[in-house]
Amino acid sequence: MNAPDDRTALSESLVIAGRAYRSRLLVGTGKYRDFAQTREAIVASGADIVTVAIRRTNIGQDPTAPSLLDALPPSEFTYLPNSAGCYTADDAVRTLRLARELLDGHRLAKLEVLGDKDSLYPDVRQTLKAAETLVAEGFELMVYTSDDPIVARELEQIGCVAIMPLASLIGSGMGILNPWNLRLILDQAKVPVLVDAGVGTASDAAIAMELGCAGVLMNTAIAQAADPVRMARAMKLAVEAGRDAFLAGRMPRKFYAASPSSPTSGLIS
Amino acid sequence: MNVSINGARRHFDPPPATIADLVRELKLEGKRIAVEKNGAIVPKSRYAETEVADGDRLEIVGAVGGG
Repeated sequence: MNAPDDRTALSESLVIAGRAYRSRLLVGTGKYRDFAQTREAIVASGADIVTVAIRRTNIGQDPTAPSLLDALPPSEFTYLPNSAGCYTADDAVRTLRLARELLDGHRLAKLEVLGDKDSLYPDVRQTLKAAETLVAEGFELMVYTSDDPIVARELEQIGCVAIMPLASLIGSGMGILNPWNLRLILDQAKVPVLVDAGVGTASDAAIAMELGCAGVLMNTAIAQAADPVRMARAMKLAVEAGRDAFLAGRMPRKFYAASPSSPTSGLIS
Repeated sequence: MNVSINGARRHFDPPPATIADLVRELKLEGKRIAVEKNGAIVPKSRYAETEVADGDRLEIVGAVGGG
């Protein structure tokens, strides 16, 4: 066996709010063709934590119709309810309180407060306000935010359990546009930093992990791939590869310091 | 009795006495939902004792796919 042994893998759990997770890939559950595809892709991704949205129940719907909870039983996955689609701190707080009731007191949640309907850019003032209220109520918040290191520091000081800056806009697939800001956030943070939003393909996820991120959260990159199940597997491997590369410590970048990989002596000429 | 559920006005005859009755009437019994009455969450453990009155505004939510 030439892969890192299980001992390395085990000591390498993602720890959030004191609980350990095997996978550093967190996935959303939206935008799939149907629940069967949702499940198949998420199983292929190896994710332990899956995000869900909270929405009004469709009253009058066939009570035997399949639901997300049947496809992804909460006994099998850790649910991360989100406040997606909320544009004010009050709406986000209300949504996550309902989520906690829905999930029997579950405290882990993803806070997201948006500021613009076109770009879906986060509203950091509303996010900070909602975070203060929810942390005081005992929520363990993984918080979606901009890649501003000062805002990230404030969110950590409030007591958020993970900081999740965007790599680029939600659903854009544009990849990591500002690795330097992510570095600033990573250098100062004492809680896990995960890239949330903007990943388009496997190399984006690998780059996030190589930068030292604790994990990556994505939805569209998998769900909207031509073959979501195969892309889910690609993301799993990319996150693992990127993490290993980060831990291994990459060689320094050298501009023109040519050093051949083969011996320079014993040439036949 | 008229109540607002998820923003839509609904008429009930006979009227449900409690949230538990209403949830049963809507065939949501045993489903994973959360209920808010007039802006305040009604814990599952209190459905049977929480009365429903004419004009109440109810929100009933569930978990759906999202990112």
